[in-house]
Amino acid sequence: MLSEQIISELKSIVGKHNVTTEKADRICYSYDATQKSFLPDVVVHPGTAPEICDILKLANRERIPVFPRGAGSGFSGGSLPTRGGIVLCTERLDRILEIDEDNLIATVEPGVVTEQFQKEVEKRGLFYPPDPASLKFSTLGGNVAECAGGPRCVKYGVTKDFILGLEVVTPTGDIITTGGPTMKGVVGYDLTKLLCGSEGTLGIITRIVIKLLPLPEAKQTMLVLFDSIDGAAQAVSAIIRGKIIPTTLEFMDGRTIDCVRQATGLEVPEEARAVLIIEVDGDREFLDKQVARIAEIIRPLGVVETRVATTSEESEALWQIRRSVSASLRKVNPDKFNEDICVPRSKVPEMIRKVDAIAERHGVAIVNFGHAGDGNIHVNIMIDKKIPGELEKAEKAIEDVFKGALELGGTMSGEHGVGIAKAAYIPLEITPLAAEYMKSIKRALDPNNILNPGKIFLDEANPAGRGE
Amino acid sequence: MAKLKNLEAYREEIEQCVKCGACRAHCPVFGVEKREGHVARGKVALAHSLLEGEVDLEAKVLEDMSQCLLCGSCCAQCPNKVPTEEIVAATRRRIAEQQGLTAFGKGLATVLGRPKLMNLLAKSGGTLSALLFKRLPENSGLRLRFPAPYFEQGRTLPPITAKPFRERVPEIILGDPLQPTVMFFTGCGINYMYPAVGEAFLKALKFLDVTIIIPKDQACCGLPAVSAGAAATVEKLAEQNLAALTRHPADYIVTACASCGAGLGKIYPDMGHEFQGLAAKVMDIFVFLARHGLPEKLAALPKAASPVRVTYHDPCHLRNQGITREPRAILKALPQVEFVEMADAGTCCGLGGTYSVYHYQTSKQIGARKAASISNCGAELVATDCPGCIMQLQDSINHAKGPQRSIHILELLAEALPALD
Repeated sequence: MLSEQIISELKSIVGKHNVTTEKADRICYSYDATQKSFLPDVVVHPGTAPEICDILKLANRERIPVFPRGAGSGFSGGSLPTRGGIVLCTERLDRILEIDEDNLIATVEPGVVTEQFQKEVEKRGLFYPPDPASLKFSTLGGNVAECAGGPRCVKYGVTKDFILGLEVVTPTGDIITTGGPTMKGVVGYDLTKLLCGSEGTLGIITRIVIKLLPLPEAKQTMLVLFDSIDGAAQAVSAIIRGKIIPTTLEFMDGRTIDCVRQATGLEVPEEARAVLIIEVDGDREFLDKQVARIAEIIRPLGVVETRVATTSEESEALWQIRRSVSASLRKVNPDKFNEDICVPRSKVPEMIRKVDAIAERHGVAIVNFGHAGDGNIHVNIMIDKKIPGELEKAEKAIEDVFKGALELGGTMSGEHGVGIAKAAYIPLEITPLAAEYMKSIKRALDPNNILNPGKIFLDEANPAGRGE
Repeated sequence: MAKLKNLEAYREEIEQCVKCGACRAHCPVFGVEKREGHVARGKVALAHSLLEGEVDLEAKVLEDMSQCLLCGSCCAQCPNKVPTEEIVAATRRRIAEQQGLTAFGKGLATVLGRPKLMNLLAKSGGTLSALLFKRLPENSGLRLRFPAPYFEQGRTLPPITAKPFRERVPEIILGDPLQPTVMFFTGCGINYMYPAVGEAFLKALKFLDVTIIIPKDQACCGLPAVSAGAAATVEKLAEQNLAALTRHPADYIVTACASCGAGLGKIYPDMGHEFQGLAAKVMDIFVFLARHGLPEKLAALPKAASPVRVTYHDPCHLRNQGITREPRAILKALPQVEFVEMADAGTCCGLGGTYSVYHYQTSKQIGARKAASISNCGAELVATDCPGCIMQLQDSINHAKGPQRSIHILELLAEALPALD
């Protein structure tokens, strides 16, 4: 527990209404989408960067861990207060400061919700492509800290590809800026890229300079049913090899289709064992041509049926199928481990075969869907934790999935991050030398290990890894 | 005996919450207050902690549980369909049971039980509330919505009618025996505040030549008491309505108040199997009219030369049932109406049963967003299907100093019907 003196100092920094030690509030800031829960000692809601500086200086003086939190919607535990201490919420920093139509950039505070930002720029004919599934509620600060992805990243890239500069409060409580409003810039180290995806361990983002694109004129969506998983996986590689990069290239396996069919009454022929949802965007006159070209490329790969949406309502209906996946998976089993491995795009068919073999070997149900177009596959291991031995089987299967992805030159996480969920597996992917290189950056910038300790790398705050 | 579910009975639903945070995008209260305790995910976490004994019914839990409109927006968008509005209502009942009703709810319970105190309350609130308390029967949900101190906050309220709707009309209006028999559940809003909507309802059904039964002894649906956590009141009202609504045979029980429809159709079935047959007959007026071909008939009429621009507000209790097309179909078909869609038509108006009594400032902020949407779409009228929404929308428009009026769709329909004859 923190002393009265410290709480009263926090209150004098951010105002008494923005500090709470009530049990009910601590419960409400104890969890994220991993469903794990750790009670913080205090929750603070700063409103400015200088207030955040003061909080961090106090935290360093008193050696209190600080856990920055956006919407708390992460899948890896990045915002969990694993060691009590201070949960620092960025929700009050929620202004869009500028949308600069001359330079196609915007400046925002970290608490802005991603979709709200997208709607604002789209009103001006501009476009911010990164679209994590949580975009309706996750914040841009959280998206940058985790380097969020999404379906559209196949064509446009991930969050870090759109971040030109940052204002950051350092772990020791100073304000620095990185990058800036220019399209080029090579002076000094690229701290912007380092901070993107640093999971709140190297600084607290207080301002973000974002690159925007012109909003594409139109888009066209198609849903293609395949008679085998291999056909769909090969189609992904074939489309890319055919020099077409669709806006999205989403993939669902047969088990996913069964779940969606059960949950939503979706009408899909029985012989369909895999689905691709393909969307292209751009100038209207190019779209039909692109769709025709894609259809031609994938035709020999066991296409059962192709549905092309001609109106935005029809397109919405196709996407609704994709969006209903996550919830409908509960039909298989109540507990889900959602791993977001990423492999080189040409390796998608091989990875799917590996996952099938792993499922069989460990006797667990695995459902695959995801952003196959960039090789990012969501491997969902579905178990019932209440059945003895299931959890252990899942753990073994997860490790094999990670190893399988790494063997193919892939990575354990395409977009969810490490947090505490994957910390134990870091040695599988990162060599001791590279890990030490990273840790020495952390030690240098955060000598007291104040900011989000125990995340990414195991330490005394997170000795058991996944924290189950 | 009618019996509402207790919090423990929701354990399974509570455990379905995967803490994804999707509700943060849809909760109107969170949109204003931005605190996790005010969003479904936080409330479900607290409800779970209550069940586990990790937290007591301390002041902050009570405050968070009061910060809910019961609008169901979260559940509608929840990937696992966690019924937070039911969980919160059950938690409020537990609070009432263990700590007694809160100051306001307490006022209600004693008002119901002790007429002297009721008079005292009424007097303290000035003429309007005195009038209101005189004219409203003790079991009306409107009493929950308007406790006396409420009037001192500059809220626009419709006048309370001197002669309630149900006293103005016969109990049975015979129609074509080949047509279905419709029982009209008026609800308190139409009966005491908007009798013209009731008259319009009758006009529309007479046009279809159906037999209409308006049971005199029907009571408040009980939804405001659900919101206040007053379990015994809800259960008593439900039994009274069960008796009133089953006295005559009818094919449908039709409402022109989204909240009443949800009360009868959704809350009642949980209280016992005897309510399930009743609930199955409940239908919203616009669903009924759409099924009887009214939009097509109206659409055949010539359009007026200078139509009035009208937008539609989705009452939460209709939207949650997926009823969004039918009211719009009628509006769009009306000859004197030019329909315009507003942004965020489906977000709550901010009334939320008794919510705006406890949290009028937040309620006003939620309403202000609605008023801005109405103004931005260029409508002159905002039409809806719920007296509570009509009241809150007009209050919000007035605070924003807008010229628009809020109105029930039935009132517009009644204007157009003579042209069909």
